[in-house]
Order: sequence, then structure tokens, then C-alpha cells
Amino acid sequence: MSRLPVRKTYKLFIGGAFPRSESGRTYTVDGTNVARASRKDARDAVRAARGAFGTWSGMTAYNRGQVLYRLAEMMEARSADLAGVCSGRDEVDRSIDRVVWYAGWADKLAQVLGGSNPVAGPYFNFTVPEPTGVVAVIAPAEPALEGAVSRLLPALVSGNTVVAVASSEHPLAGIELAEAVATSDMPGGAVNILTGDRDELAPVLAGHMDVNAIDVTGAGEDTAELERLAAGNVKRVVRGQANGQSLWDIEPLLEMKTVWHPVGV
Amino acid sequence: MTDELEQRHAAIDWEYASAPESRAIVQFRDRYGLVIGGEEVEPASGQWFTTASPATEEPLAEVAQGGPEDVARAVSAARSAFEGWSALRPAERSKYLFRIARILQERSRELAVAESLDGGKPIKESRDVDLPLAAAHFFYHAGWADKLEYAFPNRTPRPLGVAAQIIPWNFPLLMLAWKVAPALACGNTVVLKPAETTPLTALMFADVCRQAELPAGVVNIVTGDGETGQALVQHPDIDKLAFTGSTEVGKAIQRELAGRGVPHTLELGGKAANIVFDDAALDQAVEGIVNGIYFNQGHVCCAGSRLLVQESIAETVVGKLKRRLSTLRVGDPLDKNTDVGAINSKAQLDRIRELVASGEEEGAELYQAPCDLPEQGYWFPPTVFTNVAQSYRIAQEEIFGPVLSVMTFRTPAEALEKANNTAYGLSAGVWTEKGSRILWMAERLRAGVVWANTFNRFDPASPFGGYKESGFGREGGRHGLEAYLRFDG
Amino acid sequence: MDYASAMTQTPTIPRDAEPFSPRLGRVGAVDAVALEARAADLAKRSIKRESKLQALELIVRMTDLTTLEGADTPGKVAALCAKAMRPDPVDLSVPAVAAVCVYPTLIEPAKARLGSSGVRIASVATGFPSGQYPLPLRVADARAAAELGADEIDMVIDRGAFLSGRYGEVYDQIVQVRDAIGGAHLKVILETGELGTYDNVRRASLLAMAAGADFIKTSTGKISPAATLPVALCMLEAIRDVHLETGRMVGMKPAGGIRTSKQAIQHLCVVNETVGPGWLTPDLFRFGASSLLNDVLMQIRTQKTGVYESPDHFTID
Repeated sequence: MSRLPVRKTYKLFIGGAFPRSESGRTYTVDGTNVARASRKDARDAVRAARGAFGTWSGMTAYNRGQVLYRLAEMMEARSADLAGVCSGRDEVDRSIDRVVWYAGWADKLAQVLGGSNPVAGPYFNFTVPEPTGVVAVIAPAEPALEGAVSRLLPALVSGNTVVAVASSEHPLAGIELAEAVATSDMPGGAVNILTGDRDELAPVLAGHMDVNAIDVTGAGEDTAELERLAAGNVKRVVRGQANGQSLWDIEPLLEMKTVWHPVGV
Repeated sequence: MTDELEQRHAAIDWEYASAPESRAIVQFRDRYGLVIGGEEVEPASGQWFTTASPATEEPLAEVAQGGPEDVARAVSAARSAFEGWSALRPAERSKYLFRIARILQERSRELAVAESLDGGKPIKESRDVDLPLAAAHFFYHAGWADKLEYAFPNRTPRPLGVAAQIIPWNFPLLMLAWKVAPALACGNTVVLKPAETTPLTALMFADVCRQAELPAGVVNIVTGDGETGQALVQHPDIDKLAFTGSTEVGKAIQRELAGRGVPHTLELGGKAANIVFDDAALDQAVEGIVNGIYFNQGHVCCAGSRLLVQESIAETVVGKLKRRLSTLRVGDPLDKNTDVGAINSKAQLDRIRELVASGEEEGAELYQAPCDLPEQGYWFPPTVFTNVAQSYRIAQEEIFGPVLSVMTFRTPAEALEKANNTAYGLSAGVWTEKGSRILWMAERLRAGVVWANTFNRFDPASPFGGYKESGFGREGGRHGLEAYLRFDG
Repeated sequence: MDYASAMTQTPTIPRDAEPFSPRLGRVGAVDAVALEARAADLAKRSIKRESKLQALELIVRMTDLTTLEGADTPGKVAALCAKAMRPDPVDLSVPAVAAVCVYPTLIEPAKARLGSSGVRIASVATGFPSGQYPLPLRVADARAAAELGADEIDMVIDRGAFLSGRYGEVYDQIVQVRDAIGGAHLKVILETGELGTYDNVRRASLLAMAAGADFIKTSTGKISPAATLPVALCMLEAIRDVHLETGRMVGMKPAGGIRTSKQAIQHLCVVNETVGPGWLTPDLFRFGASSLLNDVLMQIRTQKTGVYESPDHFTID
């Protein structure tokens, strides 16, 4: 006698929890009902991301690296599920390896991108990279999983917290990834993933005054309107590799802080 | 005691005699055209405006009002020059910049006097800060020109092309140096729009470039007002926009550039907290407070305009501060003993007055050191507001004048919270003898520059720029180069 | 040892020295770089024309014309006294100096020469310059100098005690010297060049003032660095703080290393803008110097004639 499988309900990922959209809306992708996030869900996600910023950015870089490595472990354990929501096992493998690659950057960024500056006076002067704050990520439509990893990890590794809009076309990859995040020791709210209509959600995040940067890599060619909205609070607008890994994908979401102190007795 | 003996013991009534720097070293011409393609040209509009000394309202020279046509000519000249300039061997480019640095040093007194005349800042600042730093910026960046491949691991740097640069009136020549030096070092050509009220040193800089035999069109200067700047931003053929100025205009520029793919860096306003803990070296902290807000009449984007002082020492610190204010010498910018000069323009003076009036209205307590202000020109006395609430406009808005708002705090956490409670994030100051507390604060302050036990220090090797609505991008240091490069790979 | 409690355990507060308890809670730190930057800033004051002449004339009046050599003799001191009373024989409008400063054995010859000129006699004492002698000897030294007729006693603090943290002892010793010298004015030499930090300079300044110093003085002149501008600024800030807290005006004497008019004028600018113009009198500010005087005399003549001077026209005494 065949057993009737228990299906998964695909919901949003906000503040470490998996709520339905407050709007009650869903849309159907490949026969699956997926939550369709609203403006208010985006607002809640930003609030959660802001709340988690102190915790996530305040961890030691070593610790953040370990948590991200743990994310890779969780993805490995869920690789079969992940393979079912993207192009397949190869994409999953590459995505996991990308997470590991970024995890290793956490405690090296400051050494490669910061340093001491030889100023002409009796002062010790050093520059350290710090996370920009809350980053909105419009994830690339494709590759659904690898693209999300390619944009989320460079934001996260330095301590930014993220509100990501998953690929509207392939949203399940985003939610499966969220489930790995949820079991990775990442503080609740450090990563928030919204599914739904990118064109509906992106402007809300671009205009949100408590979002410090927006990654428009997945937002299509014409991002003029998002950029205009971003100017409202001088957001950093970033466009990077939809599928790739580089220190230079991390760097645009950093703030360089320079500290001076006199040298004297 | 005899009279003679009494005389021997008498205190003197000592007033420093005026000690004006000679202005004979500067000969302004009656009229300055635009500098385009190595030539001085008349503006297409045929319109000119007068730049005057804010200290005396004396007209200094007529300057061209650049319009869209002039901007187009300048961008086109910069485009033409780009090919040759970017193809030049980097070591040669480097030597041009070294030349400029040297000429700025050689002509530093002349330029310092011009800066003080046109902008109203005290000669001791233009002489000891603006000019040496401007020269240092060129010297520092000169050395980068042929070493760019070492600056960014795993990347191949290339110049962007024509860099449009809009600079403010508070440090006219220094801001020019902050913009032009890295742009040229990275192989770009430049169209620079100096501020409306302080165009003269930029125009004199054109002569420095001539002396350095810089190829024609590498640096083009288009003077004018906000509309000239807007024309430059709107020009379709610019490859880069760098702006220093108010957050309001910065946002407008960011909107204007939306969707155009033009990389831009913005260095905008600030409302820095200068935080004094009870264990600080108080007399030096007071100097830092004074330097933080009265340096350059408070016309400093990173000015320490919010003093956060620990409540247990607030009375002592404010007492010392008020006492110190009475020794500030306000007046003739050319007098070598002047500490605080003229407000840069009538418009700025009006804005300061308006905000100060709001502070009084909202209930803050105003203190101004007694000082005789000249009758001509634009002046505002060094001002301290006490009993300021975080919600008052004077605690929130950038005044850009010699006006300090004093607030108190009880614990480091409260100081931090108040310091970060602003849309700006350019700079901050921390005063404490405790090393661990400095680092704790420095780690948590959301500001691009943190001065610990000092304030308002600048250096070409030190990256400068803001968090949040104070803008993005850095100027100075290795980090500042990135704003003028694109990368293949 | 906790210096605060050490200070509170010291014996009776001397005559007209105020209790120092108000400052116990907060000696206060000094940031070296910012202090030096402020001093350098004040050193850039441009003092011209009439304000310069005023300053130069005041510097003469503020000078403690000093000779502190093993080879000092009555003859040498006699010449010094002549110079002190009439610094520029060519220009009688130049006032006499404040005092001559000598070793105790030379007080008598100096007294004989100075007579009723009003030029005071300052004598170093307390085992100058090191102070490394048993306390009774140091106190006796000071008492003897006062009894020999010194108007002012320039004592040295026990730097050994200070640097080993025995602040109470240093305080106590100053009190004892003060009690031993009767009505003579007490200048307390901190020997800042041996104190190592500005924090120590500030601490020693406050300690000396609390113990009853009429003046605090930078140096013996035997140690380099001596009277630097930042050290003077640091001490004047302490003097100002005591004044603001208690109303008491303590004098200041930089000594050693000030050789030019320019340096001396820089000191006056620091005085003017730190403690205020009330200190621009020989009653509250002195220069301990020997070669400074001739440079000031040259500058005065230059100011008056408009011609640069030659040292050949000024006597070496």
C-alpha cells in the first residue's frame, strides 16, 4: 500500500522563523504554492535584519567563519533536497564549495583590505573594513541556488545582515537554502529570505530608509528606478557577479573605518 | 614701595598688535575665464559673476559663469586629452604629479593668501593646513601612479576616463587636491567645478598646471554656480562623478545618475559626536573640542558639532571650554594671530543664524564669548549651546558653522547610542585615557573616521569618507584610488 | 602606594596653603601629543611692534639673572649684580631685572652689591641641584639661605621620592622647607626633565602648590630638557586649575634653555592665553636665565632703532 507523502509548505524566512506572508498571498511555481511576500513582510524582514546586525557583526571573525562553514555542512546534509530545487547536484556542489570559500574569508578581510597608514605626524592610524549594515539582495533569477549563494555570502561574511528576494522564477532554492541557514547557528534575522514578485519587493527595499545597501545584481538590466529610490538615504548600490566568487564581491559592501590615536608618553 | 619699584612689578596690559600677512604676494586679475583644453576661454553665455572676500565684501575678481555648452566643451577637451594621458608611461605621469606638488610648495604663500582672501579662513590655517596638505596629496598620489597594480590584489586596474569633480567652498584648494591628485594618478582626465564663492585658487591652480607643463586638457576648470554643477552631472559623456558637499545635493546627484552606470563617490554632510569621558586629559580634550568645531569656522563636514560629555565632568568641561572661547581671536583672516575667520558667504551666515535662532527657541542655553566682530563682511561668534536635547534641530542638522551643541551622557553605552543616533556617519571623537574603552567605542561608532584623543586630523595616506548618509567611497590612502579605477578581471 | 592617601596622611597644612582635597579626586591626565600641538600653535603667535616692545621690557623685569656654577666667585656675582640693576647702560629706560639667582654662599656678596636697588636675591637651596641629601641637611640649607638674606628660596623636590611613588614624603619635605624659611618666597623646582611624563609634571605641580609653593619652577638648568614650552603650558594649566578652584594665584618660573627673545615671548603668549593676563607680572612669572637677557636687550634696541644689532655692543658679564 503506497504511503501518501507529507508535503512541505514553502513559507518566508524572517527573523529565524518561517512565517506565511502576512498578506496571505501565494503564487504557484511548478505546481507548488509559494508564499508571495508583501511590502509589510519586507518591512518585517528589514526590522529583523537590523535587530540581528549587532549580534552577527559583533561576533569574532573566526566565529562568523565557523557559522558560515556550518552552513556548508547543513547544505551538504540537505544536498538531495537542494538538488531538487535547482539545476541539479553539480550546482549544489559548486554552491557548497562557494560557501566554504567565503567562510574562509571572514578572518582575512581585515588583513587584506585594512592596514595601518603612515601619516605624517605622531599618530597611529589604521583602517579596518566593517560591514555596511542591512543589505537588500535581489538574487539572480538563475542559477537559482548558486546565484543566491554568490550574492548572499559576500554580504554576510563581513557581518552584514541580509534581506534577500529569492529568484521569483525558482523560489524554492531560496527557501531550501533558508532551511539550511536556520540550522547553521546563524543568529535569527541575519539572513531573511522573501519569495514573491521581485518587481513588487525590490522597490520597497530600495526605498527603505533603514536599508544601507542594495545589491541589484538580480534585478535585471534597467535598475534606474531602484537606484533613484536608493538615493533617498544614500544607499550603496552594488552590481556584482551573478555566478562567481571574489574578494571584490565582498568589498563593495564594506565600510572602511579609519581610526587615529596620538603616539606619545 | 616707590613708584619706580611699583612700576617694575606692574602687570602689562598686553594686546597683540595686528600682524597681517602681506597680500602683495597675490595679484588677482580683473577677470578669469574658463580653463578648457589648456586655454583660457570666455563662457559661451558671456556671463560673469563677482567673487568677493567674505571678510570685507570687497570684490576680488570676475569669474566666468559656465553653462552647459562650456561644460560640453570641457568634457570634450578632457576626452581628447584622455587618450594621450592614459597612454603615458605611468612613471611619467607620476613625475607630473611630483612637479605639481613641488610647485604648490613653492607658491604656497601666494596660494594661502589667495585662499584666505577668497574664502575668509584664517591665514594660519590656509598656511599651515590647506596648502601643506594639498601639496602632500599630490606628492602622495604621485608615487601611486606607477604602482597601481600593487594596490588591488588579483585585479588589473585601468583608468575610467573623464572624471567630473564638484568641490565645496570650505577647503577650496585642498578639496581640489583630494579630487584631482588621485584622478590624475590613476590616468583619468578631469573637469573640475569649483565652488561658486571660492573659485580663485582653482583658477590659480590652472597656472600651476601650466608651470608643470601638464598636457592640455588633462585638467579643465569650469567655474559657475549650482546649475553649472548640474550641467556637469547631466553631461552624458562623463565616466565618473566625484562630489563633496551637502547630503541634500548628494542625494540629488545620486538620483540624477541613476541608471547611467556612471561610478560616483559622494562625500557629504556630518554631525559628528565628540565624546569626552570623565578620565580624559581634559585640557587637551578642550583643545580637541575647540579644534573640532571652531577650526575653519566650523565649515567642516566632519566637524565635532555635538559634544557628548560625561555628566560627572560636564560642568568642569563646559567651564574650561567657555574660558577657552574667550581666548579665540575672531577677525581679519589675513592676521597671523586670527583663530576664527569670516563666514564664507551671506547665504551660509543666514543659515547659521536661522539654526541658532531655532536652538534658542527650542530652549537650549546659548553662550557666546564676548568678541568684537568687524562691521563689514560675514561674521558669527564662536557659540556653545548647553541644555541641548537630542531632538533639537541644532543637535540633528548640520549647521556648518562655529556652533557647538553640548549634551551629557552617563555611561559608555549611552554615549554610543546617542553618537550613532543620526542619519550621518562621517566622523566621531573619543576622549579617554583608557585604551580598552577607546577600542570598544571605535569598534562600535558608525563613522568613517574615528579620532581618539585628537580631532580633525587629515593626511593623504589616511582614507576619509562616510557611513550612511554621509556618503560613500573613500578619499586618500590606497582605498581612495579605487574610486578612479575600473578593473579588467 | 596610592599617592592620594599618602598625601592625606601628611602633617599639618602649612600657613596659607589651601587644603588640596578638592583636587585629590582628580589629578587629571595629560595627553602629550595634544599638549605639544597646543604649545606649538601658541608658539606661532606673531608679536610685532608695540606689543613686542612691551613684551621685551616685561621679560627684562621678569628675569631672574642666574649664575649657578662651581666656579662662581664674589667678583663674578658683583658683575652679575651690576648687570641686574642696570641691564643696558646705554639705555637707562631699560628696567632692572627681578632678581639675581645664586648659590647660598654668594648671597652676602650679592646683597652688598644690590643694596636697596629693589633687585631681589634668590638662592637655590635644599641640596641643589640633585636634592640627594638627608632631609635635615636640605632643610638646614634652606634655612641658612633665608637667614643669609635671600628673599626667595628656589628649592628642589626629591625626585627620587617622587619617582618611587612616595608623594607624601615629597609633600612633607616641601612643607618643612616652607616652615624653615620664614617670610621668604618659596619657588619649588620640579626638575621636569627628570619626571619623564607630562602626567608627572602635572601631578608634581599640584603637589607642590598644595604644599604651599609660591612659585613652581621647571628646572635646575642642570638637566636637559629644561623649560620647554609644552612643560610650561602643562604647569600653567595646573596653576590655572588651582586658581579657579581656590582663587590662589601661584607663580611660574621656567628656567633653563630659554636663550632667545623669541622663546621668551612664546612663553608670554602661553601665559597670556592659559592663565590670563593677570600673570603678566614679575610677581607671578619669572624667567630663570643667564644668556637670555642680552638677546632681549639687543631686540629692544633693534625695536627702538630699526637696525639689527651686534652682540659686541652688549656686555658679557
